[in-house]
Amino acid sequence: MADLFEILIGKEGEKDYKKKPVIVQGITGKFGSFHTHQMIAYGTNIVAGVTPGKGGQKFENTPIYETVKKAVSATGAKISIVFVPAKFFRDAAIEALEAGIKLLIAIPEHVPVRDAMTILELAKKKDAIMIGPNTPGIIVPGIIKIGIMPATPFKPGRIAVLSRSGTLMYEVSHNLSVANLGQSVSLGIGGDPINGTTVIEAFDMIRRLPDIDGVVVVGEIGGDAEELLAQHIIDTKFDKPVVAYIAGRAAPKEKRMGHAGAIIYGTYGSAESKVSMYAKANVPVAKRPAEVPMLLAGKLDGKKS
Amino acid sequence: MRLLEYQAKSLFAEYGIRIPKGLTSTSIEQGRKDAKVIGFPFVIKAQMAVGGRGKAGAIQKCHNADEFELKYPEIMQKIVKGEKTKAILLEQMQEYKKELYLSLFLNRSKRCYTVIASSEGGVEIESVKNQVIREVGLGYVDKNTAEEVAKAIGLKNNSIEEFVNLVQKLSKLTVEKEAELAEINPVAILNDGTLLALDGKVIIDDNAMFRHDELRKFQEVSELEEHAEKSGFSLVELDGNIAVVGNGAGLVMSSLDMLSDHGGKPACFLDVGGGATTETVYEALTLISKMKKVKGILVNLYGGIVKTTTVATAFIKAYEDKIIDIPVFARMSGAEAEKSKTMLKDSRTKIFDTVEEAINAAVIGVNKSG
Repeated sequence: MADLFEILIGKEGEKDYKKKPVIVQGITGKFGSFHTHQMIAYGTNIVAGVTPGKGGQKFENTPIYETVKKAVSATGAKISIVFVPAKFFRDAAIEALEAGIKLLIAIPEHVPVRDAMTILELAKKKDAIMIGPNTPGIIVPGIIKIGIMPATPFKPGRIAVLSRSGTLMYEVSHNLSVANLGQSVSLGIGGDPINGTTVIEAFDMIRRLPDIDGVVVVGEIGGDAEELLAQHIIDTKFDKPVVAYIAGRAAPKEKRMGHAGAIIYGTYGSAESKVSMYAKANVPVAKRPAEVPMLLAGKLDGKKS
Repeated sequence: MRLLEYQAKSLFAEYGIRIPKGLTSTSIEQGRKDAKVIGFPFVIKAQMAVGGRGKAGAIQKCHNADEFELKYPEIMQKIVKGEKTKAILLEQMQEYKKELYLSLFLNRSKRCYTVIASSEGGVEIESVKNQVIREVGLGYVDKNTAEEVAKAIGLKNNSIEEFVNLVQKLSKLTVEKEAELAEINPVAILNDGTLLALDGKVIIDDNAMFRHDELRKFQEVSELEEHAEKSGFSLVELDGNIAVVGNGAGLVMSSLDMLSDHGGKPACFLDVGGGATTETVYEALTLISKMKKVKGILVNLYGGIVKTTTVATAFIKAYEDKIIDIPVFARMSGAEAEKSKTMLKDSRTKIFDTVEEAINAAVIGVNKSG
């Protein structure tokens, strides 16, 4: 599989090391333009936008192209962030993958499950990574922000945060930052039932990073991502501290709690099932977001002694 | 969207899956007419989107007119796990040899459809040890796979071919209607070895509804839910008296958990989406004002980009416009938090720095007001 961080940051000595070019699909929309501003302000190297019908125009200083293919051939970008509405997402994503995009950040919510799975099949064929849909994106604090997250909660550091929820990713990262536990990366998995990059895949992408001391996994009810991750941690003998948080303990069964993926069927997807699997993997689960840094600090201290 | 049994069965029929003769009504007058067409004895089945109807007495046999007059109104009034009866299905009684289980569902972790079948039907599949599970990719289930499953659950003779047919039809339905789950439990094996779908559960991917106008007739949303959907919110109504509002599904769930931990009773889950503007918050308050049981509102907003003052403006406007008169306990993180506090100093909205403080105040405040 393609290496996320090689695409995202690159290797030392490369001309665009830590300055990888990024394309924005749907740059002229209200949402797309607002967040393009924010990303540029953070220092992300936004090199082109794509909006059909507006090719040749400019978004402030950024050129707009008719197609992803044209944007890619003009800029050499391998990363695209997609802001188009869910209905048009399948075509936009396929266009990007066909044009050679290797990292697709899929922002839209409400993408049909079958579309997500169709795109994923293609992404696999093309050796590309999709993050999302329904993700806030990915941020390497101080270096690059590709997403809709506010900048303030994140501080550079050595903790990796993986989250199935957007605002909880901000909340937990903020709590960590305040406790002086900055982040090497915060990555939004997305709140949908089908994730381009699953919790386990994301975990495997970050585990090899030399500059992490610990991992925080922010989960929620629904699916079995947490259970599978717990088993994976056991199987692969991951020995750095991992702390989890799970939202939705008080949620009723068979009700979709906002996120398409957050629904309990029987005991499948329940918080109890996740907590008990985490216990087997020696991963403590915080009762509330503010408890995460305390649990993590405890584990980090234990590690040192 | 979870379809009711009779709706699921109408899809089954459309795809050539055999179902018992049945008719659906919402009044006893219509029910009496249906009873004549079906003929005694038959089964009266409450149509509600919940499992465990049999145990709860929401499905009962009916042998004659006297029994019908008694049971129809009783079942119409049933509430099972909080779900009311939406309609009544009268269905011909069936004689059969054996019950099986069959379902196709969208397997999130494997990212493909998965077939589950069992020789034990009519009970919750979670309780069955003897399951045959096959991952079948993104397309239709092929004949060989279906046959393999049929044999694995011990079918013999003409039932094998019948089962292969059934799996393939159900698979076609699942793919074409973009179902997350299509379940037949039980599948009855009749005396001649043919199969019949005695019950049905189908869940359609809500996000794919824009491609399925033909299924809109099954969509049933409350006035509040419709209002929420139009505003781009997610709403789940709950039993308590403190409305819980926030931006982002995870954050709202997290607030629900903490509120429950503190002994508070959530009245709803309301996610206004990632951003929070004056308009969305005002709209959320308008929506909540329509829920009579709400005695207080817990607001948990993670701002960041959004200035909290824009949200504070919404609260002030909601009081001025007399949209709400109940107390609001708000946690707003983000820019200009101090200024927001000053703005709301004399209103019924109290602002807190942490969600824990807001929850404490909400539980105490709402209990005091009774």
